[in-house]
Amino acid sequence: MSSRDTDWDGVRLHVVTGKGGTGKTTVAAALALALAAGGRKVLLVEVEGRQGIAQVFDLPPLPYEERKIAVAPGGGDVYALAIDPEEAMLEYLEMFYGLKRMGKALTRMGVVDFATTIAPGLRDVLVTGKTSEAVRRRDRSGRRVYDAIVMDAPPTGRITRFLNVTQEVAGLARVGPVKNHADLVRGVVASPETAVHFVTLLEEMPVQETLDGVAELHAAGLPVGGVFINMVRPVGLPKPVLDAAVKNRFDHAELALGLKAAGLAGGPADASAIAQALAEEVLDHAHRTRLEKRERASLAKAGTPRYELPLLADGADLAGLYELAESIRAQGAA
Amino acid sequence: MTKTAPVLDIDAILDDENTRIVVCCGSGGVGKTTTAAALGLRAAERGRSVVVLTVDPAKRLAQSMGLTELDNVPRRVKGVGSPDGSGNGSRGELHAMMLDMKRTFDEIIEAHADPERARQILTNPFYQSLSSSFSGTQEYMAMEKLGQLRRSGDWDLIIVDTPPSRSALDFLDAPERLGRFLDGRLIRVLMAPAKAGGRSAFKLLNAGFGIVAGALTKVLGAQVLKDIQMFVSALDAVFGGFRQRAEQTYKLLQAPGTAFVVVATPERDAIREASYFVERLAEERMPLAGLVINRLHRSPASALSAARSTAAAEDLEARGEHELAAAVLRLHAGRMQLAAREQREQEHFMSAHPTVPIAHVPAMAEDVHDLDGLREIGGLLAT
Ligand SMILES: Nc1ncnc2c1ncn2[C@@H]1O[C@H](COP(=O)(O)OP(=O)(O)OP(=O)(O)O)[C@@H](O)[C@H]1O
Ligand SMILES: Nc1ncnc2c1ncn2[C@@H]1O[C@H](COP(=O)(O)OP(=O)(O)O)[C@@H](O)[C@H]1O
Ligand SMILES: [Mg+2]
Ligand SMILES: [Mg+2]
Repeated sequence: MSSRDTDWDGVRLHVVTGKGGTGKTTVAAALALALAAGGRKVLLVEVEGRQGIAQVFDLPPLPYEERKIAVAPGGGDVYALAIDPEEAMLEYLEMFYGLKRMGKALTRMGVVDFATTIAPGLRDVLVTGKTSEAVRRRDRSGRRVYDAIVMDAPPTGRITRFLNVTQEVAGLARVGPVKNHADLVRGVVASPETAVHFVTLLEEMPVQETLDGVAELHAAGLPVGGVFINMVRPVGLPKPVLDAAVKNRFDHAELALGLKAAGLAGGPADASAIAQALAEEVLDHAHRTRLEKRERASLAKAGTPRYELPLLADGADLAGLYELAESIRAQGAA
Repeated sequence: MTKTAPVLDIDAILDDENTRIVVCCGSGGVGKTTTAAALGLRAAERGRSVVVLTVDPAKRLAQSMGLTELDNVPRRVKGVGSPDGSGNGSRGELHAMMLDMKRTFDEIIEAHADPERARQILTNPFYQSLSSSFSGTQEYMAMEKLGQLRRSGDWDLIIVDTPPSRSALDFLDAPERLGRFLDGRLIRVLMAPAKAGGRSAFKLLNAGFGIVAGALTKVLGAQVLKDIQMFVSALDAVFGGFRQRAEQTYKLLQAPGTAFVVVATPERDAIREASYFVERLAEERMPLAGLVINRLHRSPASALSAARSTAAAEDLEARGEHELAAAVLRLHAGRMQLAAREQREQEHFMSAHPTVPIAHVPAMAEDVHDLDGLREIGGLLAT
């Protein structure tokens, strides 16, 4: 196993959050591949019952069971687990109380659904509990079963509450098994072995949510990881051209000459008309670039490492995931 | 040959006095809130007395409408209509509010239960979890608030934004889910011991209750069980009202004065969601006004194709001439490709739903967060 210097050496639980639709699932999947690269074993978990992992890897729905779903570059395995709170509850009843059969009966009666829905924090503590168990699990020879766990987590608006389990179940149980379980989870989640990463786009709302989320995690004493800026578009034009455009000093004449030289325009009037239309595109692009610059500057204020992932022209298909994983490694995030 | 769709005539809808409710729906992040606010502003400036119910506006957009606090009541938006001197001479008024789902829930409880029972419910930890984090509560409360606004009779047009769920269908499904949950078999089992009577059905329930109680006590502790029971029986007393209200609001959505505006971006997932939603509206006999395709990329130089543009750029690059033109041509080629991809996604929708009217809104270079921006979007929606 090659040892590389990465920004998150020592972190074993990577929690990936972000505003809805920014690419949490995609980035979590790519991060899992990147972490597994070079012969390591990584578990990718999802917690919202949406079969997002199956979708990005183009697989049939995943069961509540750890199974190998991908091989990483340079040999290394990615396993996946779709955590279902009800199943986790049954497992919990069985493990701690030996209530296997009764668990089944309870499920049939809707009790498990009821309890995991209405009991404050119970659903979350079951899901994070299952994840923590995988983080800590060792094989017979005492070695960690997984080198790392990556969680495709709930969105930014819910992440602090989701991870802040002891706080959450406080209304439920001041003592007793649930409380103990929550304390154990807290021990894992709040430790330096955990990092909570944010996925964002260079747009106002996702950036604002990221900054708010970072502040909330800090306040709750939870470990903030890096910011993954996703779907970054290539910079199309040199800075001086963009600056000129926003100052209304774009060189139409030079563009028109170029268009003629390329044989795209009939006469000078035609060249100038096309140049005029293209200049509008340039201006639009310049505004957009300026906004992106502003959002980057805002993100810098969070003071966490930042990584940029390209907008994949063909969408994030399987090949795209490997491309993103490579980019994640090249930037030292894994 | 590119397909075309009927044009969604926004002004005709907004100007029609029979239009009393406009619901903006679609999957997350497509521009529902922006569209709702833009429609509200436009309607007000065309003379109507409008309230916009937003759910999760971007901070700056909220500020621009004067929504600085979440107080769950509509506020007049300054700078719109004439009485507050904006000088544009329209008779209309724009009011806006941000939904506070917990508060809306609390108010329903307060309205349906006597003070003592209401207090019991509101302070119960299970209620607090249900009212702040059950998935579906937000949708239910948006519906509830819509019903309240409509019953108040204070506005002649109500524009509702819908919660930011990933599936547009949640708006229609979630209230039912909450209703089912609160009305479920288990709730009745849990309540059984609280109710008097010794019928055989009761015995059965009671046996079930024994198992449930045993397990829950073991895992959660006896106090928790008491809390649950207390909550459930207190809630039961107010629940009848709940269900009735939800049904009323659902009917409101089927009324002819309602117009659904489905919003999508020209991307696969969003378009697919929009398709599902349109089909569902038809099943529910809810009136669809049309589809808004938001954040569309078009080119002012669309006669110059991506292929020709790329070839010309390559040519200039090979000759080492006109660097600026080469770079601009590459940018243009990228934009044309994007426009073509977006066109294809739209056409999927048009083939499946050829009669649904469509309006297009181009992607602005920057976010929309002031009244001028909303006015501009409103204008684009109507052209
Ligand atoms: N770098 C990228 N380049 C191109 N497309 C991308 C990229 N990252 C994500 N996508 C696409 O963006 C869409 C949203 O991504 P994804 O499902 O990962 O987001 P999410 O944050 O998990 O969404 P949700 O909040 O619904 O769970 C998907 O269609 C995905 O393929
Ligand atoms: N046509 C548009 N051009 C540019 N930005 C837009 C456009 N429509 C919406 N936006 C921006 O997209 C973001 C999400 O819009 P929003 O209306 O909040 O979506 P939703 O309510 O569907 O989640 C906002 O920052 C908004 O300013
Ligand atoms: Mg996802
Ligand atoms: Mg919104």
